[in-house]
Amino acid sequence: MADKVWVYIDQYQGEAIPAAWEVISAARLLTEQLGGGVTAFVAGSAVQQVAEEAVQYGADLVYVCENDTLGEFRAEPFASLLSSLAKEHQPEVILFPTTSRGRELAAMVAVDMGTGVMPDVTALEIKDGDVVATRPVYGGKLISKAVCSARPQLITTRVRAFSPPDPDPAGSGTIEQVSAIIPEDEILTKISGYSESAGGVTLNDAAVIVSGGRGVSNNASLEPPAGLDEHDAEIWKAQQGFKLIGDLAEVLGGAVGASRAAVDAGYVPYNHQVGQTGKVVSPDLYIACGISGAIQHQAGMRTSKVIVAINKDAEAPIFKMARFGVVGDLFDILPPLTEAFKSRLAA
Amino acid sequence: MKIVVCVKQVPDTAAKVVVEDGRVTWGDAPLVINPWDEYAVETALLQQETHGGDVTAICLGGEEGREALKHALAMGCGNAILITGPGLEKADSLVTARILASAIQKIGDVEAAFFGRQAIDGDVGVTAAQTARFLRWPSLTLVSAIDELDPASKSIKVERSVEEGRQVVEGKLPAVISVVKDIGEPRYPSFMGIRKASRAEIPVWSPTDVGVEATEPVVTWPEISNPPQKEIVTEMITGDSPEEIADTLAKKILEEKVL
Repeated sequence: MADKVWVYIDQYQGEAIPAAWEVISAARLLTEQLGGGVTAFVAGSAVQQVAEEAVQYGADLVYVCENDTLGEFRAEPFASLLSSLAKEHQPEVILFPTTSRGRELAAMVAVDMGTGVMPDVTALEIKDGDVVATRPVYGGKLISKAVCSARPQLITTRVRAFSPPDPDPAGSGTIEQVSAIIPEDEILTKISGYSESAGGVTLNDAAVIVSGGRGVSNNASLEPPAGLDEHDAEIWKAQQGFKLIGDLAEVLGGAVGASRAAVDAGYVPYNHQVGQTGKVVSPDLYIACGISGAIQHQAGMRTSKVIVAINKDAEAPIFKMARFGVVGDLFDILPPLTEAFKSRLAA
Repeated sequence: MKIVVCVKQVPDTAAKVVVEDGRVTWGDAPLVINPWDEYAVETALLQQETHGGDVTAICLGGEEGREALKHALAMGCGNAILITGPGLEKADSLVTARILASAIQKIGDVEAAFFGRQAIDGDVGVTAAQTARFLRWPSLTLVSAIDELDPASKSIKVERSVEEGRQVVEGKLPAVISVVKDIGEPRYPSFMGIRKASRAEIPVWSPTDVGVEATEPVVTWPEISNPPQKEIVTEMITGDSPEEIADTLAKKILEEKVL
C-alpha cells in the first residue's frame, strides 16, 4: 500500500543527483508523526538502478516508470504520471528537491490536483495534521511559515537543508513498475539539444564557495598586456583575480561564486551570481573576496555556516557577518592561502 | 502577434525588509517592478519589434500594481491591465496562475506569454509553469535565449538554463515562456515612454471579469519573522606577511571543522 509521504527522486541521465536523497530524510521527519513509510517516485528511460538505490536510502515503496518519453526531463509527462498516481493513492505530502525539475514538476502537479506548492523549504514540522513549512522569503531577508489546506501538500526542500540518510544495502523496500500514460505525440515540447556547462561544482550543491566581487579587478600593481582599452584592461585584471579564486575553490573542492557587481561588470557569467537576483546558497564555508557585502548579496549567503571575508576596505559591511576577516588585498592573500590549504589538507 | 507579459510590484532589492509587529515593512524604500519581470518585458518587446503586433502587460495584485504596469508601458508595452479585487493580496500561486490563464484567454489570440523567473518577494517561482498548465500550452521556463520564434509556422525554439547546462527545447505556439537574466539587459524607459505611461488609463479587471470565482488561497503564511540573529564574533586575522596571515587563516578555518 502506498504511503502518506511521497518523495520525487531527482535524476539526471539515469543518475540520482547529489541532493536526491535529502528528501527521504525530510520525509522521515514527517512519517514519525504521520505514520507509515516513504514512497518514492522515479521516472526516466533507464532508471531501475535509481529505484534500487532509493530502496537502499530508505524508500519503503518505489513507483518506477521506465519509458523513452521520460528520458529527458519534461515537466508535462512527469507531472501527468505523478498526478495520476497521486490521485489514485491520495498521499498527504509529496516532497521534491528544489531543482529546476523539482520546482516545475511540483508546480504542475499542484494545478492537476488543485493544491499548493511550498518551495525551497528549510525546516518541517506537523501541527494539527498539517505540515508547517519554514521557508526563506524576500531573498532570505525574512523567514515565513507556510501551510497548505489542500492535499497533497507539495513541498520542495532546499538543497543541503536536510542531510541525506546513510544508504543501507540491506534496505527492503518494494519496487513496483508503472506505465507511462502520455504518448510522445501528445507531449507539448521536444528536447532537441543539450550543452553541458564546463565542469566544476555547481553553486547549488557546493559545500564550499569562494566568491569574488567588484574588488577582484582592483589591483593597481597588475600590468595588463599592452593595447587593451580601459574596459578590456579591467576585465583582464578581473580574470587574473578570478583565476586565484578558482584555484582556491579547486583545492577546497568548492564552487566559484560572484557578486552581482562582478557579474554586471562582465567578469564572470551570470550562473555564478550569489544573491537576491542570483542563487541563494548555504554552504558550510563561504569565502568572500573583494565583496563589500551589499544587502542583496548578504541575502544570498547569510545562512552559510562559516563566512570568511577578505577585503581591502576595513569598513566593508561583509566583515560584520564574517567569522574570520582579513583586511588585505586578495591578490596577496589568495595564493599563499591556496598553498596553505594544499599542504595542510595533504598532511 | 499578440504578446502578453505578466509583471508584479515588489520592494526594491536594496530595501531593508523587516517584520515589525507581525507585518512586513520596507521603510520608505520604493516599490518597483519585479527585477526579473523587466527581462520578460524586454524579451516581449524584442519579439514585437521583430514580428509586429502588440504587447499587453498584466499585473495581478493591489492598486500599487499600477506602478509596475506604468514601468512596463514606459519601456514600450502598448497596453496594460490591472487585475485586482478583494482578498487578492493573499492570492497564492495557484489562484494567481488560474486568474492569469483566464485573463490571457479573455484577451484572446495570444501567441506568447512572458514571465520573469520568479518574484523576489515570495520567491515561489511556479506561476509561469502553472499558467502554462492551466492553458495546456507548452511551458518553457528558465529561458536564457530564444533561438527561433515564428508566428507563421507557430514554432518556437529556446535554450533553457538548468543546473547541468543549457537545454534546447522546441514547442508550438502559443506558449508560456519564463526568462532568466542571460536573455539580455532590459532597456531603460524613454522620456517619451514615461510621459505616455503617466497619462495612460489602465483598465481594471476583477477575477469575475475573467470568469474566476474561486480566489481563496490554499497556501497561507500564518507567520513571518526576521531571521534569527546569529551571534557572530568576527576574528580579524593579522600577521607580518601575507604568507603568515594565510597560514593562520587556513589553520583557523580547519579548526571550524567544516571542511
